[in-house]
Amino acid sequence: MSAAAAESTSEIFENLRHDFPVLERIVRDGKKLVYLDNAATTQKPNQVIDAISDYYKNHNSNIHRAVHALAEESTEAFEITRDKIAKFLNIKNRKEIVFVKGTTEAINLVAYAWGRDNIKKGDIVITTEYEHHSNIVPWQMLTKETGAELKYIDINDNGELMLEQLDEYLATGKVKLVAISHVSNVLGTITDIQEVIEKCKNAGSKILVDGAQAVPHMKVDIDNLGCDFYAFSAHKMLGPTGVGVLWARKELLENMKPFQGGGDMIREVHKYETTWNDLPYKFEAGTPNVADVISFSAAIDYLETIGMDNIRKHEVELTQYALEKMKNVKGLTIYGPKDSQKASGVISFNFNDVHPHDVATIIDKNGVAIRSGHHCAQVLMEKLNVAATNRASFYIYTTKQEVDVLIDSLQHVAEVFKL
Amino acid sequence: MSGDPIYTEMIIEYSRNPSNYGKLENPHITRHDSNPLCGDSIDLYLNIDDNKISDVKFDGKGCAICMACSSVLTELIKGKDLDDVKKFEKDELLSELGLEHLIKTSPVRIKCALLSLKALKYGIYSYFAEKMNDIESAGNLKDEAANLY
Repeated sequence: MSAAAAESTSEIFENLRHDFPVLERIVRDGKKLVYLDNAATTQKPNQVIDAISDYYKNHNSNIHRAVHALAEESTEAFEITRDKIAKFLNIKNRKEIVFVKGTTEAINLVAYAWGRDNIKKGDIVITTEYEHHSNIVPWQMLTKETGAELKYIDINDNGELMLEQLDEYLATGKVKLVAISHVSNVLGTITDIQEVIEKCKNAGSKILVDGAQAVPHMKVDIDNLGCDFYAFSAHKMLGPTGVGVLWARKELLENMKPFQGGGDMIREVHKYETTWNDLPYKFEAGTPNVADVISFSAAIDYLETIGMDNIRKHEVELTQYALEKMKNVKGLTIYGPKDSQKASGVISFNFNDVHPHDVATIIDKNGVAIRSGHHCAQVLMEKLNVAATNRASFYIYTTKQEVDVLIDSLQHVAEVFKL
Repeated sequence: MSGDPIYTEMIIEYSRNPSNYGKLENPHITRHDSNPLCGDSIDLYLNIDDNKISDVKFDGKGCAICMACSSVLTELIKGKDLDDVKKFEKDELLSELGLEHLIKTSPVRIKCALLSLKALKYGIYSYFAEKMNDIESAGNLKDEAANLY
């Protein structure tokens, strides 16, 4: 937008905080909210909040079926989001974009609708030690059910994948699917996804990419990546909860059975036979999350106005700043890459031997919101040999001053625990 | 941070030096429990002689609240009659550490505080059911454990 273009990049990032009402919140006895839990979910700008209320105030209607004015407006707005996603991620065929409720549902859709027909006893499914439970549990369920084998790519001391293990697995000729994060939700490690995809394609394995922590933070070009399945969630990129996307290549979607049966996914229903609707509707049974899909458009517009390359640059700067400062904090252990170029804006750490829940509770008193726990990544916690970690994660509205508040708050933890 | 309602001297002290921390050899009762959302994970070991808790220990990983509450719980029940232990209520444990307010203020952290008590109730539930054939007490204990938080 021209207004934005006239501003310098740093001005854009300074000014955009005004678009997020919740960032004005005072929490815990008069402390200003310092929201550093963006890997869990991001805050929403007025543009998204207004789009939700505009939909319910002015357009609310079910989509795809009725012919009245409201239904047509709603259907059009709903489908515009699909077009915006296609443009945002360079997806050539909009019919390959399936709306689901989130990344978890997208992965489960693949595990059921593709996995149950394509994975059999003796096959191998590969995942990694730094996956979220949503990219582990569906594959455990699938492999247990089919008699296939589940194998893990381990991580090294820098929190990076040991991709030579992938070569070994692929060399067996038994690997049918590799399911892998584009960015680790705990360590922030950016997977060398292009290399992984190349290796899988050469070996004839399908590849599913969990992009929940990537799409919000960097330019992703799905056409160029060349993977088979890609999944992400709207709520981690300024959008509403309850909306996610599964992208899959048309040939795969066409050959997959539906995931759920019901309205909207059918062409014709007879007493004992049904024919399926075209893509993507074959996989969108029932009334979808219309309001939130429509308002997701506003989130994509917002991110495009800032520019994904600018967002990445902003987060690299913040992460570098935080890592520099954290280096000087006594008793702080950081997990994962200590190189801001190799990670997204996520820093996992432990402070002396204080349990992360105690750290999080104490710094919450300063208004600082971080996540503490196993981050739905217990396999990774086992690997790191910790029960839990603290995780600070940044986004477009995070400032260096907020990083300072986080680090100063750790001083309070030290005082309370007499360190 | 003086006057912190959670991180009192006593809690910090217990978290640094938990009481009855460790394992019992061949205990009569072992009960593992964990809080899936926060990662606290403990094992509780109990010996029962003459209808009394003759020895108790716990080990595992947890936050300061979990460690302090587990410590105090083991102190409170050691040597006590099973009939008293089965009636033990959460308020008793929480008030010992001044943590009653957690019930209202922190639905998340209350789980850290009560994990060991949950393990205890489940642990002696099976003892009442199998060893003492006291189905009524066992049923009550199981219900209490399930509804503790």
